[in-house]
Amino acid sequence: MRENQVSDGGSAAANPKPPAGRSRMRRALGPENLMIGAVVVWFSVLVLFPLGAMVRGVFDSGFADSIRSLGSPVALHAFWLTLGITVVAVIINTFFGVIVALVLARQRFVGKLLFNGVLDLPFALSPVVAGFMFIVLFGPNGWLGRWFEAGGIRIIFALPGMVLATIFITLPFVTREVVPVLQEAGTEQEDAARTLGADGWQTFRRITVPSIRWGLGYGVCLTASRALGEFGAVLIVSGSVIGKTQTATSYIHQEFTDFHYAGAFAASLVLAVASFLMLMTMEVIRRRVTARME
Amino acid sequence: MSIVVSHVSKRFRAEREKKEGFLAVDDASFEVPRGHLLALLGPSGSGKSTILRIIAGLEIPDSGEVLMDGRVVSGRPVHQRGVGFVFQHYALFKHATAEKNIAFGLEVRKWPRGEIQKRVRELLDLVQLRGYEDRYPSQLSGGQRQRVALARALAPRPNVLLLDEPFGALDAKVRRNLAAQLRALHKEVHTTTIFVTHDQEEAIEIADEIVVINRGRVEQVGTAAEVYDRPATKFVASFIGNVNVIEATVDGETAYLGPKRLPIRGFDAPPHARDVVLLVRPEDIEIIEDETAPGLECTIREIRYRGDRYEQELDLAGLPVRMTEDKMRGQTCERRPGDRVRVRLNKYALFEAEKGHAALRAQLETLGYIE
Repeated sequence: MRENQVSDGGSAAANPKPPAGRSRMRRALGPENLMIGAVVVWFSVLVLFPLGAMVRGVFDSGFADSIRSLGSPVALHAFWLTLGITVVAVIINTFFGVIVALVLARQRFVGKLLFNGVLDLPFALSPVVAGFMFIVLFGPNGWLGRWFEAGGIRIIFALPGMVLATIFITLPFVTREVVPVLQEAGTEQEDAARTLGADGWQTFRRITVPSIRWGLGYGVCLTASRALGEFGAVLIVSGSVIGKTQTATSYIHQEFTDFHYAGAFAASLVLAVASFLMLMTMEVIRRRVTARME
Repeated sequence: MSIVVSHVSKRFRAEREKKEGFLAVDDASFEVPRGHLLALLGPSGSGKSTILRIIAGLEIPDSGEVLMDGRVVSGRPVHQRGVGFVFQHYALFKHATAEKNIAFGLEVRKWPRGEIQKRVRELLDLVQLRGYEDRYPSQLSGGQRQRVALARALAPRPNVLLLDEPFGALDAKVRRNLAAQLRALHKEVHTTTIFVTHDQEEAIEIADEIVVINRGRVEQVGTAAEVYDRPATKFVASFIGNVNVIEATVDGETAYLGPKRLPIRGFDAPPHARDVVLLVRPEDIEIIEDETAPGLECTIREIRYRGDRYEQELDLAGLPVRMTEDKMRGQTCERRPGDRVRVRLNKYALFEAEKGHAALRAQLETLGYIE
């Protein structure tokens, strides 16, 4: 007993005698468990409680009302618009994101360090500032906007601007997820494929893509989640015209400012669940497929 | 398919700090006749792997040509060269089963499905991996992975098989077993084969011919017996097999090893005294019992039992010299450290002491010595 009192958690564990009550308590309060506890509390306060509050909000403000507001033409239009913008942004950012990742992971060029730093700028920059940048550039009197305007193409306060802003905001995600995976995979498997007679495209499709697929999938999920939830930049470039350029997030904002909480809660829940499901599905598939391989 | 490597050089581009870059291959030339099994032997970092990758087309040489069956292939991309390549760390496709790995080269060539299945089965039998076709690389042992890699490289019937340190990452027993298998396999399929190794025993055991590489340069090309018994350079002599390096001075037909004098014959002696190194293998030193025969007197410092032989450290006028003696022949066990004995150098080579230079070479023949 006396020994146990002076010993720390580690040597108590090595002691063949079953620990007495007091040292067990010591271990329960050991640094590992304290850390786990802290993480759980921290996570609960920041993530679980707000999510719970949102779910409760849906029921408190009337479930039927919530459902009804989700089915309203304005809400539906907002959701479809957001979905469309997200799909386009994901496709374009996946395509270019992979190319950028390949260049960053495999090539050496002058200014790579600078490029690498600038790549994160869209993510680091306030979305409102990003939106404002696009107004300056593509607005009816902007540097590029006036040419488009002259050609009858409207970018700001219209769909192209919203897509552009979303692409900008979500630019680094795919690249940032894929680069480390590419670096870890190395080029040996690709070299092997080429010696076996595969041309560049076959090598990319059959070797490179499978080896980066989980990083890519995760990057796509992050891109999609971020695109679904984008507010500031899109709000500025869209003008948020109800039933025209109003996205899901700005619909939530509008419902909220109109004191129509049922609609706001319901729409929020839909967005949150969509993001959550996407990330979970991805993780489940990854575990199932790689269970045998790794 | 025959291969000619002709005056190939390759400098790796410098990282920012070092401006010069690194000359990995320096004017390397050698030939591999059709159906031969050749080893590129050298220490790590000597450029042998780079030469192999240049032959495959995975690296582009700065100058020089690679010829296959007499045709220059320098402009031909990797996937059109028809080479099979086995990588040091296998480079198996992690996301594919053993079967899919082996089938890859056939699938990209658009072989009909039935043919692919037949060929894959053939190869699984060849490398004795029947029953493992559905395993992923992570579920195979090192030796099994290497066999899958070999089967995958052989599947499309390559004209040339290139192996980069094929057994480097395996433990000694598996390594010997696979080396024997490779030798047997080569007898069977007769594909022109080049393999890279830093292990001289492996090279001697497997290859018809050995190309010894050091610092990107070809030091010697020859059979195992040639490079072992008649090394062309100091490097070859000291890299292949064990060797005693003894500093000496040459004056006319006499070499001075410290105070000991060694008459040398057939040595193209320079007009004035010169610093040389005398290279002699431990097994080429013999203790002579005959009191009247000429020999070099030395003292035994240490005797070690090595299973199949005795190894002794001698003190030759203050220089440490190692010799080995067959258990059968040797009377070593009756000798003790401190005993004085007389030895004869049955075979040795002399090189000019200047670094890397090998202009002077003694004839290797039996010689008598007087003190």
